[in-house]
Amino acid sequence: MSLTNTDIQRLAQLSRLSFDPPTSQRLLEGLNDFFVIVEQMREVDTSGVVPMAHPIDAMPNFAAYVPNASEGMALRLREDVASEPNQREANQRSAPAVERGLFLVPKVIE
Amino acid sequence: MSAPLVQGYEVVIGFETHTQLSTQSKIFSRASTAFGAEPNTQACAVDLALPGTLPVMNKGAVERAIELGLALGSHIAERSIFARKNYFYPDLPKGYQISQFEIPVVQGGEVSFFLGDEKKTVRLVRAHLEEDAGKSLHEDFIGQSGIDLNRAGTPLLEIVTEPDMRSSAEAVAYAKELHKIVTWIGICDGNMQEGSFRCDANVSVRKPGAPLGTRREIKNLNSFKFMQQAIDFEVRWQIEQIEDGHAIQQATVLFNPDTGETRAMRTKEDAADYRYFPDPDLPPLVIWRDWVERVRSEMAELPRVMADRFITQYGLPEYDATQLTQSKAVAAYFEATTKACGQAKLASNWIMGEVSRRLNSGEVSFDALPVSAEQLAALISRISDNTISNNAAKQVFDALWNKEGEVDAIIDAKGLKQINDSSALEAIIDEVLAAHPKNVEEFKAGNAKALNGLVGPIMKASKGKANPAQVNELLLKKLG
Amino acid sequence: MSELHTLGVAALAALLQKKELSAVELATRMLARLGGNPHNAFLSVDSEVTLAQAKDADNRLAAGDTSPLLGVPIAHKDIFVTTDFPTTAGSRILEGYRSPFNATVVQRLGEAGMVNLGKLSCDEFAMGSANENVAVPSAHPQAVTNPWDISRIPGGSSGGSAAAVAACLTPAATGTDTGGSIRQPAAFCGITGIKPTYGRASRYGMVAFASSLDQAGPMARSAEDCALLLSAMCGPDLDRDSTSLDVKAEDFSRNLNQPLKGLRVGIPHEFFTDGLASDVRAPIDAALQALQAQGATLVPVALPRTSLSIPVYYIIAPAEASSNLSRFDGVKFGHRAKDFTDLADMYEKSRTEGFGEEVKRRIMIGSYVLSHGYYDAYYLQAQKIRRMIANDFQEAFQLCDVIAGPVAPTVAWKLGDKSADPLANYLADIFTLPASLAGLPGMSMPVGFGEGGMPVGMQLIGNYLQEAKLLNVAHQFQLATDHHLKTPGGAS
Repeated sequence: MSLTNTDIQRLAQLSRLSFDPPTSQRLLEGLNDFFVIVEQMREVDTSGVVPMAHPIDAMPNFAAYVPNASEGMALRLREDVASEPNQREANQRSAPAVERGLFLVPKVIE
Repeated sequence: MSAPLVQGYEVVIGFETHTQLSTQSKIFSRASTAFGAEPNTQACAVDLALPGTLPVMNKGAVERAIELGLALGSHIAERSIFARKNYFYPDLPKGYQISQFEIPVVQGGEVSFFLGDEKKTVRLVRAHLEEDAGKSLHEDFIGQSGIDLNRAGTPLLEIVTEPDMRSSAEAVAYAKELHKIVTWIGICDGNMQEGSFRCDANVSVRKPGAPLGTRREIKNLNSFKFMQQAIDFEVRWQIEQIEDGHAIQQATVLFNPDTGETRAMRTKEDAADYRYFPDPDLPPLVIWRDWVERVRSEMAELPRVMADRFITQYGLPEYDATQLTQSKAVAAYFEATTKACGQAKLASNWIMGEVSRRLNSGEVSFDALPVSAEQLAALISRISDNTISNNAAKQVFDALWNKEGEVDAIIDAKGLKQINDSSALEAIIDEVLAAHPKNVEEFKAGNAKALNGLVGPIMKASKGKANPAQVNELLLKKLG
Repeated sequence: MSELHTLGVAALAALLQKKELSAVELATRMLARLGGNPHNAFLSVDSEVTLAQAKDADNRLAAGDTSPLLGVPIAHKDIFVTTDFPTTAGSRILEGYRSPFNATVVQRLGEAGMVNLGKLSCDEFAMGSANENVAVPSAHPQAVTNPWDISRIPGGSSGGSAAAVAACLTPAATGTDTGGSIRQPAAFCGITGIKPTYGRASRYGMVAFASSLDQAGPMARSAEDCALLLSAMCGPDLDRDSTSLDVKAEDFSRNLNQPLKGLRVGIPHEFFTDGLASDVRAPIDAALQALQAQGATLVPVALPRTSLSIPVYYIIAPAEASSNLSRFDGVKFGHRAKDFTDLADMYEKSRTEGFGEEVKRRIMIGSYVLSHGYYDAYYLQAQKIRRMIANDFQEAFQLCDVIAGPVAPTVAWKLGDKSADPLANYLADIFTLPASLAGLPGMSMPVGFGEGGMPVGMQLIGNYLQEAKLLNVAHQFQLATDHHLKTPGGAS
């Protein structure tokens, strides 16, 4: 599965990145070299295998380690309490543009 | 399905409703969800997506999802997955929204309601948990927008229907019923002006029997009135396009309440590739059966179930039952009244009549109702035991409303006791009959309406206190 | 005290407890050593902050506090956010960024009384194997050099951490390991480092690269030191990190002295192919013999999908990274371009200016493999093979207690050698990637020297939650050998 310049443009747009033509070309070639290696992965027969999104999922006898779990890892739930204080100033310390507590950006057109 | 065609076209509508859940804190952070705070004072590090922050799930949000699933007869997934929906927008701090994609927490279910006399059922595809985005403000800034992330991270349940609706009226009725349900079970405050309940309508048209047309999505409808207007406009617009020979392009549109028109948004969201994948920061959400059962046992009776019970338990007609289950408070008021006086239909009439009238005029809100259930019951008892007539009862009710005292005291004070005594009544009747020979003649000649000309003077002579039913009975007896 | 800087964590802690040395004196000495930033290891220092922390430590020592790490200096990879120092993650896009909170790992080591010497250089967003991808300071970014040979790379992405420890600029450092970024630089710099089981150390406050792979870990000059540090770093962080394991905090030093008799060491033949340089193989073979002499038996095992770990990792990690890095948009924090025409332009320019080439490459790969139409063939397929790799390890652990092998196919290469060839970098990760994908604990310890006198490290991989066993094996090895005691010439 070879990438084309159109792919590079599409992906750049999706990722909000831009590349000058020589860089774009270099990127294209590099990615295609990379995807040659990836092809061997695609040929592996994985029928019946459950994808592993979380490493903990693979831990055998998970319940032995974590008393409250049953099979596999479960999302922990916290009590519904609003305990975060207002830290606007500290949180906005590194903001590029702030006015009256709002983050300023070029006009958002809907 | 007996929906009217519009210019020969069938209208097909599906809804996606975003309900803000009534939790204290956000879905993935501990910042407050309270409305109306100063910008970014309720946006903590996690909400701002500061480097190194991670999501932690709010139990209250999950519990509310379970409650919704139970209320709508859905399947509650034992295991559901959070996924990232990736796109760039200033009100989306992480550059992705944590939502659910392939495996949502609530699956299937339905919402039933009445459209006029007809019972309708709209099937749900799913309801899933996700986080709300922030807000952009444009008014005070020239060429710029101000981003407030207080709302970012507020828990949402997105409720998605099948395209089962066939008219704008049906769609609004569905939305109203859903609104009633989510506020009834307490998972959402239903405040549409504050954005707690927002609907997106997917609208398409087709000739009957044809395959589904291309749909356009009207976003962010937050008033029932606008909902109907927007859908009606969109339907007419689509039909006009098709009749002119143009194909409908899939698009996201906004409704402008000032112009009454829908217009496609500039950003082509339909072309977006969201690159969904399971969020590696959040293990699967597991909901044990016993949690679901515990929630089920603690849940209040749902409006439709209660309505059915009112029909069987109190012998009320369907219409009354539906009206009385518009809100928990009204239903409770009705039951308390009925319990105290044993007169379900009268209680229903009074609540749907006098009480509703004053509530709807905005005179007072339900929690500030000046007439208690006990007082209304006492009033109803005095009607059914013939102490007072219906007319007199209205006066008593007014007095109760103005806090003039208790029922019996008011009746005495205003001298509203009905005359039930036959002999007293007969005396009055005889007098009136003597004074109105013409009416007597006409009635005996076969004109039943002539009776009214006699009843009036009798009531007057008795200063309104004659028991009308008894008067009628005695009159007919005397006149043969 | 002239060799103070060569002492390890445990030794320094003992001196401090005995009041033979104050934390302020020690910190002052270390700050003097790292002035001039040898090897370009540090990205930020602040002597005021450091000395204030040292003073606090001295107060605690005076009050009789016997915490095992009290007053000992440490430095943090610039992936961990800190309130007292800027955090850049090695990137221009975060140059000057000040976090309002500390990473949990930083907080815990601080509560243990360690004194922060500053933030250490790393590959940008932890993406790299040579620390050549550091992009800050933007005016004049400098690759980190290997203290054993400054014409060579230290390894990456925790290159600054490894160099600082090897050059005795600090007795300990934190690193992060996503595909080998603790183990490989530890091996290249002749020090000891460990990546714990996924979920052991909190990821709260670690600038995220690949969420299902990132783990924090200690780097120091002995297994004994690493055990002390790991104990303080690890432990549940249930309130802030949903992937944090709810497993009681452990004392990882508790089994250090267990003899190795009866230990079964698994040797995967896939780790010992022709691709492994002979100058790396020799010291590893010698180390394995040493383990046998201590009572261990070598058992052949198979990890058949070892080579697949490269495409699998380089699909999954960039996919997660492409999403994790979307928050860098110039809106709330970080670099915003000076000139732009509209919102879309602002995003594009800020990110294009702010990210380095390798980061952009991985974002592009990530966006591609998650794209509609490609997800099943690439991302999903990779996650399936990932499970198969994890299962392979479980099969292997039926036959052995720990797995041993190389960390990298060669010793550290020359600066600039592989910088134009990203693929060559990826291929060199082959031995560290499998344990990362499975979420298993892995460590590197020095076992000798290879070509050019460069250090060689041996990897030990354990089953889930078996860090204490790994540290035990390494410690016993280090009691019987002296490779870990060697420091590069000129470390004075």
